[in-house]
Amino acid sequence: MALLADINRQDGAPELRRRTRLLYAILFIVFGALIVRLSFLQIIDGERYTFLSENNRVRIKRIPGTRGMVLDRGGQLLVDSRPSFDLLFVAEDAEAPESTLRQLARYLGRDEKELLAIFEENKRRPAFEEVVIGKDVDWATVVAVEAHQLDLPGITLRARPRRSYTDGQIGAHVLGYLGEIGPRQLKVLKDQGYTIGDEVGQYGLEKKWEDFLRGQSGGQQVEVDALGRRVRVLHEVTDVPGYTVHLTLDRQLQDTAFEALKGKEGTLVALDVNTGDILAMVSTPAFDPNVFSRGIKSDEWQSLLKDKLRPLSNRAIQGQYPPGSTFKIITAIAGLEEGVLQPESRISDPGYYYFGNRQFRDWKKGGHGSVDLHRAIVESCDTYFYQAGQRIGVDRIAKWARAFGLGERSGAALDDEKGGIVPDSEWKRKRFRQPWYPGETLSVAIGQGYLTVTPLQLANMMAALANGGTLYRPRIVSKIESVDGTSVREFGPEKIRTIAIKQGTLERLHKALAHVVNGAGGTGGAARSSLVEIAGKTGTAQVIEMKGAYLKSEQLSYFNRDHAWFVAYAPAQNPKIAVVSLVEHGGHGGDAAAPLAKKVIEKYIELQKRPPAEQRQARIPGEIRAD
Amino acid sequence: MQIDRRLAAHFDWTLFLLALVFVSIGIATIYSANYNIAEEHAGALPSRQLIWLGLGIIAMMTAVAFDYHYIDRLAYPFYGAMLLLLLLVLFVGHSGGGSQRWINFGFFRLQPSEPAKIAIVLMMAKYLQSDEPPQGFRLRDLWVPFVLVGPLVILTLVQPDLGTAIILGIVFLSMILMGGLRLRSFLCLVGAGLAFLPIGWHFLKAYQRQRILTFLDPDRDPLGAGYHVIQSQIAIGSGGLFGKGYLHGTQNRLDFLPAQHTDFIFAVFSEEWGFVGCVILLMLYFALIVYSFRLIERAKDRFGGLLIFGMVAIFFWHVVINIAMVAGVMPVVGVPLPLVSYGGSSLASMMFALGVMINVSMRRYTF
Repeated sequence: MALLADINRQDGAPELRRRTRLLYAILFIVFGALIVRLSFLQIIDGERYTFLSENNRVRIKRIPGTRGMVLDRGGQLLVDSRPSFDLLFVAEDAEAPESTLRQLARYLGRDEKELLAIFEENKRRPAFEEVVIGKDVDWATVVAVEAHQLDLPGITLRARPRRSYTDGQIGAHVLGYLGEIGPRQLKVLKDQGYTIGDEVGQYGLEKKWEDFLRGQSGGQQVEVDALGRRVRVLHEVTDVPGYTVHLTLDRQLQDTAFEALKGKEGTLVALDVNTGDILAMVSTPAFDPNVFSRGIKSDEWQSLLKDKLRPLSNRAIQGQYPPGSTFKIITAIAGLEEGVLQPESRISDPGYYYFGNRQFRDWKKGGHGSVDLHRAIVESCDTYFYQAGQRIGVDRIAKWARAFGLGERSGAALDDEKGGIVPDSEWKRKRFRQPWYPGETLSVAIGQGYLTVTPLQLANMMAALANGGTLYRPRIVSKIESVDGTSVREFGPEKIRTIAIKQGTLERLHKALAHVVNGAGGTGGAARSSLVEIAGKTGTAQVIEMKGAYLKSEQLSYFNRDHAWFVAYAPAQNPKIAVVSLVEHGGHGGDAAAPLAKKVIEKYIELQKRPPAEQRQARIPGEIRAD
Repeated sequence: MQIDRRLAAHFDWTLFLLALVFVSIGIATIYSANYNIAEEHAGALPSRQLIWLGLGIIAMMTAVAFDYHYIDRLAYPFYGAMLLLLLLVLFVGHSGGGSQRWINFGFFRLQPSEPAKIAIVLMMAKYLQSDEPPQGFRLRDLWVPFVLVGPLVILTLVQPDLGTAIILGIVFLSMILMGGLRLRSFLCLVGAGLAFLPIGWHFLKAYQRQRILTFLDPDRDPLGAGYHVIQSQIAIGSGGLFGKGYLHGTQNRLDFLPAQHTDFIFAVFSEEWGFVGCVILLMLYFALIVYSFRLIERAKDRFGGLLIFGMVAIFFWHVVINIAMVAGVMPVVGVPLPLVSYGGSSLASMMFALGVMINVSMRRYTF
């Protein structure tokens, strides 16, 4: 082995040797100090610490901070926390656990076997740990336990705020729910002060806005005696309630939307076209978030999870559907803006269109006859848009679809939004490693094929069309305030982009969409209102491809029936609200979806006429504290 | 590679056996820290620590196998590898407990900030081995190591791992001081350090600030950080003179200690073995350190002396910071007790460090 270092120096390192003497001194001092410290802890104060560790226990009682309220745009209460009581049992504090539990069963009139079973289940856990034997118990139980406290050693009541959702299922998907923090979540959130048993937002706004809604836990460091009774409070930290979150939702409109959808699977979304405010967002079937607050049972949870109608899914942002004929709006805009379509030129529709040797059918048997662009939109003529799509090409259609926010998440501050798919030739090459076939463009032009959108995206598209080309980011939270009313955050309207679109194109579309509802032969006649002029477009999204016969929707099995769409804005002349309704397997859009959108729009117009005082009347309850 | 017979004869058994004693104490205490009375077992950690010991011995033998003068060549590549690993942690690291410190190799999660401590020592020994100027080095002579060590410290700090970052910094400074620093330069450094404090404060995570404030005023956060320190002190204090006996610690069982088999293992140990046990453990560390100082004095060259010094500095600072923290005389920063705390990366690095010391020790006879 070769020596690489300097061989001439055999005297080692004199400087190092000199400094080592200093090191001995440092070592002595530091280790001496450590031993002195330990002798203080273990010998001089040893008895006191032994006493603390054996005869007394220092325990921590946490007082969970009250979670913030959620209010609608008029200040009405949507979500609140009410006081509730849990019944706890600490086996270590009971001299004879079984007899205590028998006693308790007698006072409460409950089956003692049930209580003893809970005790058995938790026998493995350390005796000093609290076991919850009753969650959110009723008032009679609270009174009984308080009255017989002396006979029930080891039984305690714990007050804790419980989440309450004023309108139950209405808006459940937007508001979300809470759940006990899971082991994996706890690992991530431990540093933020969460502990076992904490409730944390698991879905919807409760999850997305957790950081603002959650209260800061307070607590007490308590010295307890051998029986677990409090001797004295050593330290106390007061809890801080969470912030109040103001939403853009309108409670009455939510109510109307939910009523309209009752018994159907589908969704309704309403946006303020000039701000992007989400005025209503309802998805059915829904679930009751209050069930989660009281602690959902595992069979209830399983049935929610396994339900074929997917009640846990927020269809407005997580459902991705083919837009059907509502997409003809985009095809028309692309055609006009790219200079491909001459709006006045007519085509003749025999009811089908041949592309190559493949026949593309119009929804109307026998066809629409001679149609121009206007008629094609009003009557939703497929043949016209097959030809238009073929001439425009998929890439240019995709460009305009994206300009209106399709194919990307809107970025609304909601949980787990989906983005949909706007296909073009590049997308297909990446996804399937295949070239785009021109025939596929025909499907896309009428809103079928690979194309999928979420209802919120379509609503936002309609809003941008209605307001003259400004795409806003849908807004759900307008303001966050602390309990005393000071503003913490405010969220104004946020523009995503201004779409460069010609005034002529907009006017043409506005006129055609108004005629869809109000003109002769329009497909959206079912949305015609005596209160307000509504403009809109129907859509029927195929779930399966129909080969051969023209089947009526009723002739298909339920899950194969078409989805019904209606996209709208109103008033047609000076638009304020954009509404999208979707009824899954509802059949034809004009029949199934249009009346629902109309109900929401009419309610909106009605609410607008309310005197402002009534509109702003807030119901803010007094501060609820669990103590 | 052929092993020189004379070398084998000079193998430093003292260091090796001391290491085994520490690891045995460690495994016994890890067992106790995880012991579940109801189920009468302690889970998988003690036996896993045994596996890490196997890895550690391999690391140690690797460090012993080649003449330490080769380290001169390996210092920069080793440094580069550590820098790369720490960068990797930043991007693809495994997170746990709110920080991202590990790289997952499937069967083993490596915490690169542990071997990074070694890298600093190797690099600094290489850099400082040249004869020192009569008045000592000036800061401007040392800009290269500053530039090299900076990124390691910063990458560890952002994980965030304040404890390890402090160790990296303090080992670096110890090396500079041992290597010979001009008094004026030293004062400059101290001044700059003080000036940097408020800025550094700004960069700390909320929970880290919390810990330091809690240390200065334990009543500040009696339910969180303060609670753990108080409970840790109760654990140590209640051990008394002779302790409660092995497996009979009560504080430990009550889950009062935040990281009872890693950073707070000393609390578990001292509750069960009392003041007497603590003094014996401290004396063992003392013996190891004094023995290493003797090795520095007898080292054949400056490079070897600096290598030993660096490794023993790592030991010294770990022991002091860890025990001071657990005993409540320093803020809580996560630093393991060397060779005793549970953890594969730490154990293997410490064994490697001892390997380097053994290497220098056994080659002081060769010419």
